[in-house]
Amino acid sequence: MWDYTEKVKEHFLNPRNVGTIEDADGVGEVGSIACGDALKLTFKLDENKKIKDARFQTFGCASAIASSSALTEMIKGLTLDEAEKITNEDIADYLGGLPKEKIHCSVMGMEALEKAISSYRGTPEKIVEGIEVCHCFGVTDIEIEKAVKEHNLKTLDEVTGYLKAGGGCGNCHDEIQSIIDKFIDGPKKSAVKLSGMTTLQKIRLIEETLEKEIKPALLKDGGDIELVDVDGTTVFVRLQGSCATCSRSKITLKNHVEAKLREKVVHNLVVEEVVDEARIC
Amino acid sequence: MKPVYVDNNATTKVAPEIVEAMLPFYTEMYGNPSSMHTFGGQVASHIEKARKQVASLLGALPEEIIFTSCGTESDGAAIRSALHTQPTKNHIITTMVEHPAIKTLCETLSKHGFRITTVPVDNRGRLDMDFLTKNLTDDTAIVSVMWANNETGTIFPVEEIAELCSQKGILFHTDAVQAVGKIDMDLSKTKIDMLSLSGHKLHAPKGIGALYVRKGTKFTPFMIGGHQEKGKRAGTENVASIVALGRACDFARESMEKENTYVKMLRDKLETTLTTIIPKAVANGDLDNRLPNTSSISFEFIEGEAILLMMNELGICASSGSACTSGSLEPSHVLRAMGVPYTAAHGTIRFSLSIYNTEEEIDFIIEKLPPIIKRLRSISPYWDKSWDF
Ligand code: FES
Repeated sequence: MWDYTEKVKEHFLNPRNVGTIEDADGVGEVGSIACGDALKLTFKLDENKKIKDARFQTFGCASAIASSSALTEMIKGLTLDEAEKITNEDIADYLGGLPKEKIHCSVMGMEALEKAISSYRGTPEKIVEGIEVCHCFGVTDIEIEKAVKEHNLKTLDEVTGYLKAGGGCGNCHDEIQSIIDKFIDGPKKSAVKLSGMTTLQKIRLIEETLEKEIKPALLKDGGDIELVDVDGTTVFVRLQGSCATCSRSKITLKNHVEAKLREKVVHNLVVEEVVDEARIC
Repeated sequence: MKPVYVDNNATTKVAPEIVEAMLPFYTEMYGNPSSMHTFGGQVASHIEKARKQVASLLGALPEEIIFTSCGTESDGAAIRSALHTQPTKNHIITTMVEHPAIKTLCETLSKHGFRITTVPVDNRGRLDMDFLTKNLTDDTAIVSVMWANNETGTIFPVEEIAELCSQKGILFHTDAVQAVGKIDMDLSKTKIDMLSLSGHKLHAPKGIGALYVRKGTKFTPFMIGGHQEKGKRAGTENVASIVALGRACDFARESMEKENTYVKMLRDKLETTLTTIIPKAVANGDLDNRLPNTSSISFEFIEGEAILLMMNELGICASSGSACTSGSLEPSHVLRAMGVPYTAAHGTIRFSLSIYNTEEEIDFIIEKLPPIIKRLRSISPYWDKSWDF
């Protein structure tokens, strides 16, 4: 059900300043119909270079419409320098807050405003840097890093709520997660190389990775894993439980455990399963 | 404000007579059916009566019915049992338009090394039967195809597919949660091995479902513990709800004709009128072969959640084809699988009726919805005023 404030509902049901200004001074368009929301913002300045009128058209959900309506109200009467300082948080605050899945609606408002101002000033649009991580919504690694850092985002859901990245097919989830992990754990851990460690350090790191990163997922499916031995870069483990999937445990191992350990410990690590004689599925 | 409830594929009103039937099991008849004493034991006979009622709606034998907690549990139990009893087979066939109960389960299983084939559909939501047939292999453990789609109501040829599977010795399961009570079925005349149903889509309460497992089919339980349900599903019976499901099956049989005449007439009136008076509004699915109560309509160039919220203000309860509320902005996988363009998919509303709907309610929606669509389109940057009505 909708977790919207009264103010969001009010702006949605009675949006202010709908439309486009024909001879606008600034025009900003963001989003697309494929993305699920889009906003076109236009404004007109008065003789003192203050925003005299602002209008919007929005394709999107209730909070997208409310955010756009709020934005037009907020910027009227401001100079461009003042308007430029408005952030998406200001828009959300104006509305008494937005559900976390809907923060991107206010981000869309901020972006449209930025674009509209630069269209007036004739300054080139900010070029997005980085490599596209989420192809569904065209979000790059640098944008994700920036959002994670500046807004202290801790989970994939928060990133999706903020940037929409990850809200489509989901193929980019792993990559987004690893960007988040980089900031939560700090880059130190992944920089350590197995070769440079004592055997004890090696085992500790493997154990820790199994405990924190692998076991929880296995436990959820009714399985478990135990570290048996480490020999060079070969890691011996024993799988337990999860009878429904144990005949496929080899594939589970290859896909998950090995990939995770390679990522966290060393890239050429190999996982071998120790099978006890009497195991019956 | 009394709601105008047209979201019956999500859940249904519990019929007053069904509530009535349940009540004794919350008050004086609280015994455990497994107890040795008469007080508890007599409750067991009510469970057996309910089993007969469910079996009779499906054209099954009472011993082929296992009570579960919901449709999702039935689906999971069916698929997991098929894999468990055939440990050498590694392949599952399902469709691109399944309910998450099957879809997410199969996605999870694929991470555990099972090979999953999902059969595509055409733009009317009809299954690609050639594709399905070509992919049946010796390694296929089970084929699971829903009987009718929850979003568009499109009905799939499950009896035909079951026949194909049985010729090749492959198990066939159907998620019939939306179909039971609306489509007349006689499982004894089909080759369907397993079928899931859910109480709360049939005017019984939430938290009760059943799984049909054809006699002679190997089955391993999903819930392990006591010997309830002849060892096929452990856990103390949800007696009141089981009784309710039994009663609901009788109720469904009594109202099946009304579903297919009266409810269908209301649905057709709603759909035809809306798509006629509103420009760029299209009905989705296999219009000639679908559930009598379901209508999925795309209103182009606007977004579904906004439509829903405006309808909500007037007490109209429907649902959208998009998963927008869950944070994902991707429109429903069903509409995407059908290739419904983004311009339309985002603005899709599902109306699902029941025998409790009245013609006045339908007229109310017909009166109130067009201005809502018009209003949202006037805000949309993609809407061209010359298209207006
Ligand atoms: S690539 Fe990010 S959600 Fe599809």
